[in-house]
Amino acid sequence: MVSSSKEIKDELFSRKLRKYGNERGAVIPLLQAAQEIYSYVPKEVISMISEATKIPQSSIYGVVTFYKQFRLKPVGKHIIKVCQGTACHVNGANEIMKAVEEHLNVKEDENTDDGLFTLQSVACLGCCSLSPAVMIDDETYGKLTPDSIRGILDSYRKNEGEKK
Amino acid sequence: MKTVLVGMATCGISAGAEKVWNHLLKLVEEKNLWSEVKLEKTGCIGMCYKEPLVEVRHDDGSKTIYGEVDVEKAAKIFELDVLKGKTVEDLVVYDYGKKGEADLFSKQKRIVLRNCGIINPEDIDDYIDKGGYTALEKALFDYTPEQVIEEVTISGLRGRGGGGFPTGKKWMFTKMSPGEKKYVICNADEGDPGAFMDRSVLESDPHSVLEGMLICAYAVGAQEGYIYVRAEYPRAIERLKKAISDATERGYLGNNILKSSFNFSLKIKEGAGAFVCGEETALIASIEGKRGMPRVRPPFPAVSGLWGKPTNINNVETFANIPWIITNGALKFASMGTEKSKGTKVFALAGKIERSGLIEVPMGLTINEIIYDIAGGIKNGKKLKAVQMGGPSGGCIPAELCDTPIDYEEIVKTGAIMGSGGMIVMDEETCMVDVAKFFLSFTQKESCGKCTFCRIGTKRMLEILTRITEGRGEEEDIPKLYELAEKIKSASLCGLGQTAPNPVLTTLKYFLDEYKAHIYDKKCPAKVCPALVKYVIDPDKCIGCTICAKKCPVGAISGAPKKVHVIDSEKCISCGKCMEVCPKDAVYKE
Repeated sequence: MVSSSKEIKDELFSRKLRKYGNERGAVIPLLQAAQEIYSYVPKEVISMISEATKIPQSSIYGVVTFYKQFRLKPVGKHIIKVCQGTACHVNGANEIMKAVEEHLNVKEDENTDDGLFTLQSVACLGCCSLSPAVMIDDETYGKLTPDSIRGILDSYRKNEGEKK
Repeated sequence: MKTVLVGMATCGISAGAEKVWNHLLKLVEEKNLWSEVKLEKTGCIGMCYKEPLVEVRHDDGSKTIYGEVDVEKAAKIFELDVLKGKTVEDLVVYDYGKKGEADLFSKQKRIVLRNCGIINPEDIDDYIDKGGYTALEKALFDYTPEQVIEEVTISGLRGRGGGGFPTGKKWMFTKMSPGEKKYVICNADEGDPGAFMDRSVLESDPHSVLEGMLICAYAVGAQEGYIYVRAEYPRAIERLKKAISDATERGYLGNNILKSSFNFSLKIKEGAGAFVCGEETALIASIEGKRGMPRVRPPFPAVSGLWGKPTNINNVETFANIPWIITNGALKFASMGTEKSKGTKVFALAGKIERSGLIEVPMGLTINEIIYDIAGGIKNGKKLKAVQMGGPSGGCIPAELCDTPIDYEEIVKTGAIMGSGGMIVMDEETCMVDVAKFFLSFTQKESCGKCTFCRIGTKRMLEILTRITEGRGEEEDIPKLYELAEKIKSASLCGLGQTAPNPVLTTLKYFLDEYKAHIYDKKCPAKVCPALVKYVIDPDKCIGCTICAKKCPVGAISGAPKKVHVIDSEKCISCGKCMEVCPKDAVYKE
């Protein structure tokens, strides 16, 4: 099961590589595609991109480590981005961060033990009027309190439990 | 036919607009009212603080906006207003001038936001119905490229990304640069914490940005363009993709646009999370697939930009102004504003104000007018302390200077900058040293590391600020901050470094007493910095419910059930948990 899903992912990425590999400036979109497929950037992908684009692996690592978006390690199923923008900061983003850390027993840039969540901070989600805000996957939650974010996290856990 | 619109920008959706939309959809379906009721999604009208918003429009032209709508309220609005034409008075937030939040709009002038919250951003016909793409037609067939540039120059439009460089002049430089191949780039890498106007425009009216770019491309002689958008804005990217494909289908993008000889194609590049990529040379490096580091200018992108070709870069808001200027004439635009700052400016209002959201005002209005007349003043009757403008490159304008008009030069005089238009309002409960530390930690994290002073200097400044907020400040800290600030400003290559010390400098200038209180008295007057705050239980209010003692992570609270509890300040780590959980508000900070 695991291997076949890996094969599907590899095939998906190979297609992207064939499609964009020759385009100028394709490195970042390819890395983004890889991350979307694998949820992180595996080492093999970097050598594949390097081969296709003729750009040395060292330069690609340079790009991967420069941008905050890219990860070299697998992530949890849901990515929690706690907004650290100015409005969120003055309205209590620190308390929200603390609540998430305590509730899930996880630190920034770490995964929870059950592999369900990865905790990150983000500079600004642009939802300042709803501050403090948190984005889980592509969903934004605003006007949070430590209590409400705990509730939201619990609902994700509950959903996962039901799926099982 | 009645139209029901639901605000579906990020702010609306995160407040629960999707549930409201689904419920309305169900109601229309159940009763099979498709011939009577038209459901539409729309963008953000700016009243983000009242989201989710639902607007009902009747045939006679009457329309009402309802706010803070949930499923239950949506059902009520549907039952009464949509079906019976009876306004649900207690849910109205705005009914176009008659009552409700009339002040919010009376001092605004909407050019950039002209269609936001009014049209369906995913429907090109809605944009066309509002006069969309007629400016492109006018530019292509009535004007030469030179005449377009002249119009933009006369309008007095300046770069809305924060730099404030005259747009017409920038276009002229690109036009005059030799070379067949040229590019137009839209900078939608809105990275300033506290600014969200670009996101809102892209989500609510993407075609206006495309049209502005098309007119620019025609004027400067470009055939290809890029929109560089932050990856943190998935909804904006989605809507832009749809807008580009619809515009291509209709012949507004591609080859022989509107059967003319003008060709222009457009691609989206997603940013990968680096604040410095908002700087134009770094942004270009990023599109080229490299680390987004700025380079020395000149040559400016107008001469040598993307792949070494002449490139014109403008920000989202700048482009969104262009179709209006071409349609209504440069003079009409120039008639608004101050002598050197023409037209309008969009601001993202947030922080401790009653009405946070997006507004657009004519230049020349004062900051106080924005805070009190439009934003409804400070929340919970507190006092205004300062307004932060310009994000990490800007500064804090103290309350006593808030009569400053919105004008590029006037704002610079205070030590802040216009910036992209984030306006964070701070009340007396905001610690200015903490705010300075916040911005410094932001720039320190986002420094690309190319220039030593930006890389290490900001780190040292941050260490000093951290020390001060932790009660370990020293006498020579303030002179050290000044010295570092000066060196970082003069020895950095790009705007990120050159302006990084500004938030520290303005807070030092206007709130020196607060720094001194931290350093000498080991006190945080705003009671924000955890190390300098003591949590105390008011014995008159405490009912001995034991919740605080149970929740305290370090066991610092003692007391028997139904007896007054006490916090041991030696053990307390100032996490604030007790204050958060106390049902009687008996815990306070000292």
